[in-house]
Amino acid sequence: MSARILIADDEPNIVLSLEFLMRQSGYLVQTAADGDEALRCVGEFQPDLILLDIMLPRKNGFEVCHAIRENPLCNNIKVVMLTARGREAEVSKGYALGADAYITKPFATRDLLASVRRLLEK
Amino acid sequence: MLTGSVIVLASFVYVGLLFALAYYGDKRADAGRSIIANPYIYALSLAVYCTSWTFYGSVGRAATSGIGFLPIYLGPTLMAVLWWYVLLKMIRISKANRITSIADFVASRYGKSQLLGGLVTVIAVIGIVPYISLQLKAVSNSFSIILKYPVITAPDSQAAIPLLADNTFYIALLLATFTILFGTRHLDASERHEGLVAAIAFESLVKLLAFIAVGVYATYVLFDGFGDIFSSAAEYPQLAGLLGFGGGSINYTSWASLTFLSMLAIMFLPRQFQIAVVENVDERHLHKAVWLFPLYMLAINIFVLPITFAGLMLFPAGNVDTDTIVLTLPIAQQQSTLTLIVFIGGLSAATGMVIVETIALSTMVCNNLVMPLLLRLNVLHLHERADLSALIVGIRRGAIVGVLMLGYAYFRLAGEAYALVSIGLISFAAVAQFAPAILGGMFWRGATRLGAIGGLSAGFLIWAYTLLLPSFAKSGWLPLAFVDNGLFGIALLKPLELFGLTGLDDITHSLFWSMFFNIGAYLAISLVTTPSVAEQIQANLFVDARRAPGLTRMETLRGDASINELITLVGRFLGQRRARDAFAAYAREHGARSGKELGPDADLIHFAETLLAGAIGAGSAHVVVASIVQEEPLGIDKVMNILDETSQVLAYSRQLEQQSRELEVATAGLRSANQRLQELDRLKDDFISTVTHELRTPLTSIRAFSEILHDNPALDLAQREKFLGIITRESERLTRLINQVLDLAKLESGAAEWHTDALDLREVIEDAIAATSELFRERDVRITTKLLPGLRLVSADRDRLMQVMLNLLSNAVKFCPPRDGRVTVTLSEIAHALRVDVVDNGIGITQENQQIMFEKFRQVGDTLTDKPQGTGLGLPICRQIISHFGGRLWVASEGGAGAIFSFTLPLDNAPIASALPAVAAAPG
Repeated sequence: MSARILIADDEPNIVLSLEFLMRQSGYLVQTAADGDEALRCVGEFQPDLILLDIMLPRKNGFEVCHAIRENPLCNNIKVVMLTARGREAEVSKGYALGADAYITKPFATRDLLASVRRLLEK
Repeated sequence: MLTGSVIVLASFVYVGLLFALAYYGDKRADAGRSIIANPYIYALSLAVYCTSWTFYGSVGRAATSGIGFLPIYLGPTLMAVLWWYVLLKMIRISKANRITSIADFVASRYGKSQLLGGLVTVIAVIGIVPYISLQLKAVSNSFSIILKYPVITAPDSQAAIPLLADNTFYIALLLATFTILFGTRHLDASERHEGLVAAIAFESLVKLLAFIAVGVYATYVLFDGFGDIFSSAAEYPQLAGLLGFGGGSINYTSWASLTFLSMLAIMFLPRQFQIAVVENVDERHLHKAVWLFPLYMLAINIFVLPITFAGLMLFPAGNVDTDTIVLTLPIAQQQSTLTLIVFIGGLSAATGMVIVETIALSTMVCNNLVMPLLLRLNVLHLHERADLSALIVGIRRGAIVGVLMLGYAYFRLAGEAYALVSIGLISFAAVAQFAPAILGGMFWRGATRLGAIGGLSAGFLIWAYTLLLPSFAKSGWLPLAFVDNGLFGIALLKPLELFGLTGLDDITHSLFWSMFFNIGAYLAISLVTTPSVAEQIQANLFVDARRAPGLTRMETLRGDASINELITLVGRFLGQRRARDAFAAYAREHGARSGKELGPDADLIHFAETLLAGAIGAGSAHVVVASIVQEEPLGIDKVMNILDETSQVLAYSRQLEQQSRELEVATAGLRSANQRLQELDRLKDDFISTVTHELRTPLTSIRAFSEILHDNPALDLAQREKFLGIITRESERLTRLINQVLDLAKLESGAAEWHTDALDLREVIEDAIAATSELFRERDVRITTKLLPGLRLVSADRDRLMQVMLNLLSNAVKFCPPRDGRVTVTLSEIAHALRVDVVDNGIGITQENQQIMFEKFRQVGDTLTDKPQGTGLGLPICRQIISHFGGRLWVASEGGAGAIFSFTLPLDNAPIASALPAVAAAPG
């Protein structure tokens, strides 16, 4: 059974590219354009992994991550943070909130895919 | 065998040893472990009093006058008894007032008078330089005698030798060098020389041991003890006369006057002052010095008579200079080691005196003569120099060389003359002139500056006239006529029998008259003059010096002062009513019904002073009260002076407070400026971080799709085109973003270029509408204009205004509903400005968003469509541009009913634009 991946980003073109990449690798994909929608999708879609942008409207990525980790039902969801800001403080904050990986935009598609694959195999 | 080289070598080794000792002493002092901080060193260093004049001269004097050599040492011994009182007070005064020399002491006491300091310096230099010559002569003589060892000769006559062949000249130079090294080694020009004191103490020990060595040799080797030597001498008829009192030319008057003279000398010779007062480490050392120093005097004198008699019996023919017996005695016995020891002892005595005396004189010359002149002349701009220490050390070194060269010059001039032989006592008589001013100043408050100047001048002139000039005359430098017949032939003015006074020896005669006029002028002038306030303050400092701090209460003011006088006095400063009230309160406290019943006791006087101290400061209060208590009417001018000083102090204090407040304000200003800077710094960081984010976002799409296209060559055409289209649009977005960031940066930093012209705003609006017509058509939005014709011109940059209009128009289009969009542009005139409104019928903007949409990168999401394609910099840039031209840009919106973006541009006095017909509408 294919793994399910939720893509949460407010940049339509980035969502488009991520969606293409994930589907091509054989994952089931759903997308969300803001934080609230992302959390809704987590409940309905029950993804194995979420690609989570930090600068999301309504609820930012940190808040979404925090909410996911607070929910015992979502313990197994892997969280990959995506951000265009590369500050050290934000990286540590992401990990402190329970993110599994942290990827800086722009990314190499191969690296992203490798990270996703590695996390899903765990 | 004593060869010249051995002697020279021994001398150099000895002086080198001294220098090593001094160096070590200084090092220890620098390290805070003084080697001179004990009473034995202090007492030994005091023995710098015993010069070569003692070492060689005592025997010489004893050979002519028997026990007559003794008063010179009896005086200091007697004086030592008074040290615990007089010297202790001098030390305390000097420590408290940071006094550096005897000239400084006198100047400081009399209101810090530079004139007095200079006068004392001049007297000291004139009086002491010949004394230094005497030491040079002693060293030179002993050197030329010992060179001929074992032949006994008389010293060479100096006049015959050319300067460069004269070893005395080199001795003087050598001593100058060592004095500079000893005395001015420190660049900080401090007045204490611990190493030097250690070396001097060592020298005192050496000369004492050397002298005792000869004494023991003469008494116990050549003869069989004291008894044997005296009984042998008694058999020589020409020696018998020396055995008792009154032998030779000495009588009881002379005895008394010489004792008195040397009592003063031990206190006031500059070198004694230097060692006893300036170099004193701890005043408690005095307790031991009081008996140790007389003991030293006894030890160095005990063998004088035995050596004298031994010498006279050994050289009965009288062919040997009696001043050289100490040295010629061991030479005659071929005792080479003893001879060398004696030579070194004599060298010690002479060099010790020369070094300390020269240092003391050079300090005086520098501090009391040269520096005041330099400061007064101000040619060197000394006030502006931060560091004068190098200059001071330079002057002091120059003074050292100068003093020694003066000494040498006098030595060359005087040679064997009378003037040099008797100069020791003449010098004593010169420094004795300081006694009234110093002792009087320490114990008598009423002594004044003019009194001191008068006394010193009178004493010095009499001394010069009755001692110095006659000695010059006897040396043949002045006509003897004025000595024999008196000045201008007036018998009363005979220098040696002044005013007909006869029957005294020269020294006693001079001492009598100089002291008479010195003390007389000092007392008389002091009594008729009033001291200045500065003098009174100094006088109190000096006279009260012995009292321990805290006990300085008004004991000394226990005088008669009526209660009325006190009230009046205090009233002058506090106001009469306040003064009366204060005294009445004091009276009630002390059980009296009114102030009138109070006795003028010390407590009351103290109370008055305390009252005054609150108003005019403690020092001034003391002076004021002291003056009334001593029943000295307080002149109105003095009161004014004191008030003036007090108000100056108050003004200064107010000024300080003011400065302090200003500083606080400045500090607060700096702190807030710093906070602003930190805030700006944070904003800049945020901006950069945001820009980075905005740049990375399009880059992410571009890279992702590029890699997808690269890795998937088999993608179908439609998808390829879609992805390539995204890449192109994101690249454009990136370019736009970069341009706008740079544009905004330029606008904000003020580096943007502006081409300001007088513009017809209507034309600009029409051009902008024309430029965006394609966009309006695409979105199917209708545009309407209401542009008033014939308005005045505004001065602005056309391209920039176009930029604003294009931004507002494209924003309006973006927010309009897709099918029924309507945008209206109006141009109107309001007070002193033109106003432009861009109205759309979009969804409107919430109140909250109306504020933040003008902030950088704060795009207000159009939730209808996709993510906005703008950069978030358009509106901030527009606002910058409009405010640059003095206008305002804002937005108004009622929720759901569209938005109105408006801006104004101020009108200058530009002419009215040509009336063109308004374009009514441009179809969308």
